[in-house]
Amino acid sequence: MAVEKDLPHTCSQGEKGQCPNEARRDFLKYSSILTAFAFMPNMAVKAADLKLEEKLVSAFEKVNVTLNINGKKRKLSIEPRTTLLDLLREQLNLTGTKKGCDYGQCGACTVHVDGQRVLSCLSLAAMQDGKKITTIEGLADGHELHPMQAAFIKHDGFQCGYCTPGQIMSAVACIREGHADSDDEIREYMSGNICRCGAYPNIVNAIKEVKNGGQKV
Amino acid sequence: MKDYFFQDSVGKPMDRVDGRQKVTGAAKYSAEYELPNMTHAVLVGSIIAKGRIKSMDTKKAENAPGVLAVLYHQNAPKVPGYVQAAHPSEPKPVGQPLRAFYDDKVYFNGQPVAVVVADTLERAMYAAHLVKVTYEEEKHATDFTKNVSKAFLPTAAQRNPKHPLNDYVRGKKDAYKTADIKIEQEYVIPTEVHNPMELQSIVAHWEANDKLTVYDKTQAVIGTQNAFAKDWDIPVENVKVIATFVGGAFGNGLHTWPHETAAIMAAKKVNRPVKLVLTREQMFTMVGYRPHAWQKVGMSATPDGKITAITHEAIGQTSSYEEFTESTLQQTRMMYTSPNVTTRYRILPLDVSTPIWMRGPGEATGAFALESALDEMAHVIGMDPLEFRMRNHTDRDPEKDLPWSTKYLKEAMQMGAERIGWSKRPNIPGTLKNGEWLVGYGMGVGTFGANRGRAKVRAVLHDDGTVVLQCATTDIGPGTGTAMVQIAAQNLGLAPEKIIFELGSSLYPPSPSQGGSATVASVGSAVHAACKALQQRLATLVADNDAGFKGATADKLTFDNGYLSLAATPAARVSFADVLKRQKLKEIEVTEESKPGDERTKYSMYSYSVHFAEVHVHPLTGQIKVAKIVSCADAGTIVNTKTAGNQMIGGAVGGIGMALTEGTVMDHRFGRYVTKDLAEYHVPVHADAPAIDVFFVNKPDLINNPNGTKGIGEIAIIGVAPAIANAVFNATGKRIRELPITPDKLI
Repeated sequence: MAVEKDLPHTCSQGEKGQCPNEARRDFLKYSSILTAFAFMPNMAVKAADLKLEEKLVSAFEKVNVTLNINGKKRKLSIEPRTTLLDLLREQLNLTGTKKGCDYGQCGACTVHVDGQRVLSCLSLAAMQDGKKITTIEGLADGHELHPMQAAFIKHDGFQCGYCTPGQIMSAVACIREGHADSDDEIREYMSGNICRCGAYPNIVNAIKEVKNGGQKV
Repeated sequence: MKDYFFQDSVGKPMDRVDGRQKVTGAAKYSAEYELPNMTHAVLVGSIIAKGRIKSMDTKKAENAPGVLAVLYHQNAPKVPGYVQAAHPSEPKPVGQPLRAFYDDKVYFNGQPVAVVVADTLERAMYAAHLVKVTYEEEKHATDFTKNVSKAFLPTAAQRNPKHPLNDYVRGKKDAYKTADIKIEQEYVIPTEVHNPMELQSIVAHWEANDKLTVYDKTQAVIGTQNAFAKDWDIPVENVKVIATFVGGAFGNGLHTWPHETAAIMAAKKVNRPVKLVLTREQMFTMVGYRPHAWQKVGMSATPDGKITAITHEAIGQTSSYEEFTESTLQQTRMMYTSPNVTTRYRILPLDVSTPIWMRGPGEATGAFALESALDEMAHVIGMDPLEFRMRNHTDRDPEKDLPWSTKYLKEAMQMGAERIGWSKRPNIPGTLKNGEWLVGYGMGVGTFGANRGRAKVRAVLHDDGTVVLQCATTDIGPGTGTAMVQIAAQNLGLAPEKIIFELGSSLYPPSPSQGGSATVASVGSAVHAACKALQQRLATLVADNDAGFKGATADKLTFDNGYLSLAATPAARVSFADVLKRQKLKEIEVTEESKPGDERTKYSMYSYSVHFAEVHVHPLTGQIKVAKIVSCADAGTIVNTKTAGNQMIGGAVGGIGMALTEGTVMDHRFGRYVTKDLAEYHVPVHADAPAIDVFFVNKPDLINNPNGTKGIGEIAIIGVAPAIANAVFNATGKRIRELPITPDKLI
């Protein structure tokens, strides 16, 4: 479970407000302690019997990270095995980012990390320290929808809506990357985002409209 | 008919009422409800296909950090309904849904055998790997072809000679066999999996000892409520089912599944809310699929293109513990004039999980064989397949011997043929080229019963002039809420912006499950009834209290844009809000039920579609590109051309998957799927979907229901796969009778 808290130490704020070295040092420190336990089998067994293992893990097996999520700095203490997707959904209640496969095959979990589209199910949260994460919840400008969100509504680029956040995050990146110059190019560069309802032609139309409208994405 | 469209809400391409929630991430699906003290559950699946659990070592898992419980058949909370269903005084059920953790028996590979509950998802996932199960394995049978001789007539049909799954003979049995011009071919479709993008998920929460709330991915709010009330032997009203947003389902939410019961058991055990989300891998074995099917069609015709006989046989896969059946042969019985028709349906139980209806269930499977066979026969007699279908068109249901309520299939066929450019289709296959690519055109017809069920809607008019309607239906993607708002706006005389339609909760008045393309016909009729009842109440209020409207009745009033007036004096109008305010009423409420009547004994009711495909095939690599699809539908009144068009597009994309990419592969040594994720099981992606043009005949069927609608969901896919297969034949001269048509089959 991520605990949102102030880091137990201070560091000079880096360029983007992070202090990755500190976090890495913490991780190594905790790892060393766990390794030490591993060399003491009797003690570890005893610890397990007393359910101390759980407490040990809770205390030591955490990584401190600072993520900028949708413009807000979050200092978090997380398990190293937690994916960015599960962090967002299960711990920060940012459920707009979807889990469709957990294997990087469907694109439903697409978010932007430092402006690039990334599959959050294949990204460990611990490796995002200091990075700028944008999810679907952070795309609109207050009440004003992002042009891509508006175009998806206009062109009915969805049905059930489950793949939609991933499609929209990918679509924005697709234009930014310069991969939206023709229908076929859009289809190719959007093929990592599956829509089982099959709204593909409408999604392509929405992307085309935003691209041709020249709005800032 | 024109009178019906006195206002413009129905038929408009209105944006979805929940569009903003869906594009901003605000729409909450079942696994996205945050409850205090939430716990996470992960299922452990069997790794054998048949046998029994010998031992279960859960100690390691139980001792793992954060684990709260590990449940399996020996320690899971007892489900009282399990006992009840097996009670000898009850009629013996035909098979039985798989009861989670009931005993040590294993019926299929991947069957849930334990569930691990922990305080975080990561901990539950980790601990699930620590559960050690040993099995006593028995010899399993999962290979359809090797076991096909064990197929039998479904028990329901054996017990009831009038059951529609019995053998059907019109005219002479198997008459094609003695004809001069005949074909006889076999067709196979593999097991296909719904794979909606949202993984099946549930949050189960016992709010009290006998009070259960579930946030559940389902297409059947009321069905789920009843099932769990029976399972846990608690009053129906003590079970609350919430399914506000459903991330696609395509049929797999029409059944309650073992994972749901596992989560409810777990919640009982740990006395905290439990969230359980299936993995994509588990979606292949735990929540149904379109069953593998073998079919044979025999057909005879005259040289001038009249079908004289059709025999259509089908065998569909089911599980060993449940008899799943579907209407694979229905289209063959009623679509064409043929005087002689024979159908035979059988099921084959294997050591696999139970199938469930998948979009266009049965009919999509049957139409692949029938519409391929039609194309084959047209080729044999040298006739254009469009002309062949026109010649065998029937204006009366030859199966039930009843008139159709409405049927505009010929119009749809003409419309589609024009739009695809059917005249470019070469009569001789393999003769049209575009650069290196071979070009072909094909068509396929689809039909599905224009079903309608009993539904109830509550409508409340508030003194600010807004209306809230409620019904326990769902929206798995077609835009149910949007369509209902439009129907209400139309029938109430109120702007759509002033109307809210609430769905997806068992607290609302009951509706049938969202299946069989029946939602708009069923719920839309109840919306219609509730709106008319509200108008009556308004009429009574003004007639009783307003001198200017003395003696007025609803039929003498005009309701328009939130105002009512007498037709004779339109200037003396009063707003709905003022009618309430003048009587110091905060709101008025009506609840109306609507159900089909005896019109269904006088008419035969179907929706129709026809799909045209243009494909390009590379002669060297066998690569197939669907260049264009044109889908035309006779689905009665189209409430929203934008969402309905989208639904048709989606069906066509699903049909592309069925025709070209989708199919599970099982390793029969283990009875286990090799294809169990989206990298191995190929659903169509953007690059597979061409431009898809959709056209509606858009003529109301007012015999079916007062809104004139017929269903769209199923006909959107039924007939697409044969249209593509026929186009591939037209392009290459190669007839592929086993789906999917992958490049290896063409080179």
